[in-house]
Amino acid sequence: MEIGFYPGCSLKGTSLEYNESVITLAKAFDIELVELNDWNCCGATAAHSMDRELSLSLVARILALAEQQGFEEIVVPCASCYNRLSTVQYELAQDTKLLDKIVDIIKMPYFGNVKILNVVQFIEKYVQDNLAAKVVHPFRHEVACYYGCLLVRPHKILQFDQLEDPQSMDKLMTMIGATSIDWAFKTECCGAGLSVSRTDLVGRLSGNILKDADDRGAKALVVACPMCHSNLDMRRPAINSYLNKSIDIPILYITQAIGLAIGLTPKDLGLDRHFVLINLKD
Amino acid sequence: MSKIGVFICHCGENISATVDCQRVAEEALKIEEVEYAIDYKYMCSDPGQTLIKQAIKEKGLDGVVVAACSPRMHEPTFRRACSEAGLNPYLCEIANIREHCSWVHEKGDATTQKAVDIVKSLVAKVKYNKPLTPIEVPVTKKALVIGGGIAGIQASLDIANCGHKVILVEKEPSIGGHMSQLSETFPTLDCSQCILTPRMVEVAQHPNITLYTYAEVEHLEGFIGNFKASIRLKAKSIDEKLCTGCGLCTTKCPNKKISSEFNAGLGLRTAIYVPFPQAVPNKPVIDKEHCTYYQKGKCRLCEKTCPTGAISFDQEDRIITEEIGAVVVTTGFDVLKPNYFPEYGFGKYKDVITGLQFERLASASGPTLGEIRRPSDGAIPKKIVFIACAGSRDPAKGIHYCSKICCMYTAKHAMLYQHKVHGGESYVFYMDIRAAGKNYDEFVRRAIEEDGVNYIRGRVARVYEKEGKLIVKGVDTLLGATPVEIEADMVVLATASVANKGAEELAQKLHISYDPYKFFAEAHPKLKPVETNTAGIYLAGACQAPKDIPETVGMASGAAVKVAALFSQKDLVREPLVAVVNRTTPPLFSTCVGCFMCQTACPYHAIEAEEIKDRNGNVLKTVAKVNPGLCQGCGTCVAFCRSKSIDIQGYSNEQVYAEVAALLND
Repeated sequence: MEIGFYPGCSLKGTSLEYNESVITLAKAFDIELVELNDWNCCGATAAHSMDRELSLSLVARILALAEQQGFEEIVVPCASCYNRLSTVQYELAQDTKLLDKIVDIIKMPYFGNVKILNVVQFIEKYVQDNLAAKVVHPFRHEVACYYGCLLVRPHKILQFDQLEDPQSMDKLMTMIGATSIDWAFKTECCGAGLSVSRTDLVGRLSGNILKDADDRGAKALVVACPMCHSNLDMRRPAINSYLNKSIDIPILYITQAIGLAIGLTPKDLGLDRHFVLINLKD
Repeated sequence: MSKIGVFICHCGENISATVDCQRVAEEALKIEEVEYAIDYKYMCSDPGQTLIKQAIKEKGLDGVVVAACSPRMHEPTFRRACSEAGLNPYLCEIANIREHCSWVHEKGDATTQKAVDIVKSLVAKVKYNKPLTPIEVPVTKKALVIGGGIAGIQASLDIANCGHKVILVEKEPSIGGHMSQLSETFPTLDCSQCILTPRMVEVAQHPNITLYTYAEVEHLEGFIGNFKASIRLKAKSIDEKLCTGCGLCTTKCPNKKISSEFNAGLGLRTAIYVPFPQAVPNKPVIDKEHCTYYQKGKCRLCEKTCPTGAISFDQEDRIITEEIGAVVVTTGFDVLKPNYFPEYGFGKYKDVITGLQFERLASASGPTLGEIRRPSDGAIPKKIVFIACAGSRDPAKGIHYCSKICCMYTAKHAMLYQHKVHGGESYVFYMDIRAAGKNYDEFVRRAIEEDGVNYIRGRVARVYEKEGKLIVKGVDTLLGATPVEIEADMVVLATASVANKGAEELAQKLHISYDPYKFFAEAHPKLKPVETNTAGIYLAGACQAPKDIPETVGMASGAAVKVAALFSQKDLVREPLVAVVNRTTPPLFSTCVGCFMCQTACPYHAIEAEEIKDRNGNVLKTVAKVNPGLCQGCGTCVAFCRSKSIDIQGYSNEQVYAEVAALLND
């Protein structure tokens, strides 16, 4: 089976391991993720805060490409891309005048009927049913599922999971044998795009998240967003200096945790690319 | 040939400022069969009405058109005037040249011309008007009150004190409703039980009131003055005649760990139980779902204990039918379910409770005998946070409305806490303080200024538990959106008031309408607040919208007066603007073919089958017949009728076509 795939810039750069683990996991379930041909930037962070028309047009072009290339569904693993794509699709559906204007800019037909799946939705739809049978190394660890801000908000547009207390990743983790802990920082801000300009703030915000998970006995954090991952993983020195202690809890993409449980190799899942080493003892 | 009079009202300047009323009168005179036309400043005043009456007598008019305001305003006035002059009132029509013309257009010829056109149209209609007689329906002078909270209690007592019989149906084992669960009441801090329980007793002892507790209305049919209700009396498994209410059985019941509804889940009760010591009637019922004998076939300890042999395990539900003339619905409200607040940890943390649960903690009859102790470990909370608008005014939670009572009860809660826990700290997070009511704002100010409650304007984003404390993260918007974090021992949510569960189902049983939130709909938001759109069914209390006690009691008395007014008449007089199935000479009898499409279309169940028989009793034809007592004149059946055999009196197809044709002919 083939499904459209929009990686976005993170998965081609800083989060290469996310890209690898998503594709490998899909393959293990006989699904081929077909990368959109000629895709462009989703406009996250920069475009949508600077130029509305540009931010709409960038996404409209991506969705128009997907339509043109015959995809009914596209998987968008990056939470930020997922959020941008969904938001623009929603906004264009609300306003026909705006739609006409954007179509005129991108000079491509646009129908707005491509279904956009985040990685959790993709797993729920195509992996979940056959998952239990494939688990060979149950992931027997206490995990804190961290959803961040972009995966579930705004609920009006995304209509995904429970806004304030999301559960979908927790359910999937339970299915692979993990114990998902109840904690307080599931949807708190990790510092997001301040990763580069204000590392100190990221240290504080991500530090609070990690500290709560640590206090409650989490052995790993599970995420579904490249931004969350890099803040919690790559910015660990800033976090540790803010917390004034060394926390070595690893951060795993949900696809990596599931991949390990079904016996994929750490190499295939890109686990060697993390800053914080993954030393989970059975 | 008719002789029609046209009377044009200036309505002060309301009409004459944009419509040339004199010209309308001149133009009206040119219409065929118009005998007389005149304009006047205030047609509804005494001289104005006299003008109409005199013209009817002097000119021998057989039809009248008054061009004035909306018929909803003065149609009855002008019809009465016609009637006093000897003309059948239904030969008078209103041409609305105010709301439909002068108010919505600018001054000018076109506006005047539109007024003329409206007059022409009504003149065309009135030519087809037929004299009608109001419908008289007998009235059963007995009321059914559904719900035994303070609204039902007040309505029942008021109706009963007017000398009419009342049947009060309550689904719980005791009357009293939410008010009986409250501790003190705002703004006077008088004890809820102390003011309520005497009324509960009065209901039980009133000779005119029949009280059915542990009972629910199954079915209601009929129409104003003539309803028939089926009421299910759920088996209490107790012979109430033998039971003395000694309570021995409840002490022996082995099943003692059932969550108490009365204590809002904070206390426990047994399977055979009286909800609270002051219950009316003060006799127990057996909760079959939790009773060991009903579930496992063994036990019967209560039976062995009972000194009078009142336990009766084989009792079954009984259904009784009562004939009644009016219904007052007083089924109250519910508090929002916990799964709405994952961010506040309600349901997850024992010390995050609802306002109703706090009432039980603060109540002398509650699980802690009125001491404020937190549910998790019984400790007295040193720091307590109240979160107002938990669910209310929050479109994201699907509730747009204000629950109205929370600002006041939260101030009361904080005040009670400060009175009971000396040295305690209390915080209230709020959006706005809505304290509109007599002595209400003063009450809130007292909480802030005298009792030292800390009011923080801002929302709470999250509550989570850490090292035995509830961390409340919020924002103070009056201090430039400063984040606030409070380590509290207990959190109280002022949860939104929502429609009672089963409200929708009940509304459908009673054929009354309800709003998107399942609150029952009043007939008019201002002028008919206690009536429903179904004649003879009235509303009181929080089943219509969130309400405090004074407002509920006022509304209940209002509904009671409506019932008493209805019962004060020998017969009920109703407007004859109802559907009628035509009749003609044999052998056709009626153009109705008896398909009964109309019956399926009628929302009021007003259409029945009538058999036309010959002298020997043989059925010749079955046709539809409209029960004029039930029909609300909506006209749905008319649209459905395939053979055009039904018409609304006063709005027949003929009349409406004439109206439209008159507008088109120019």
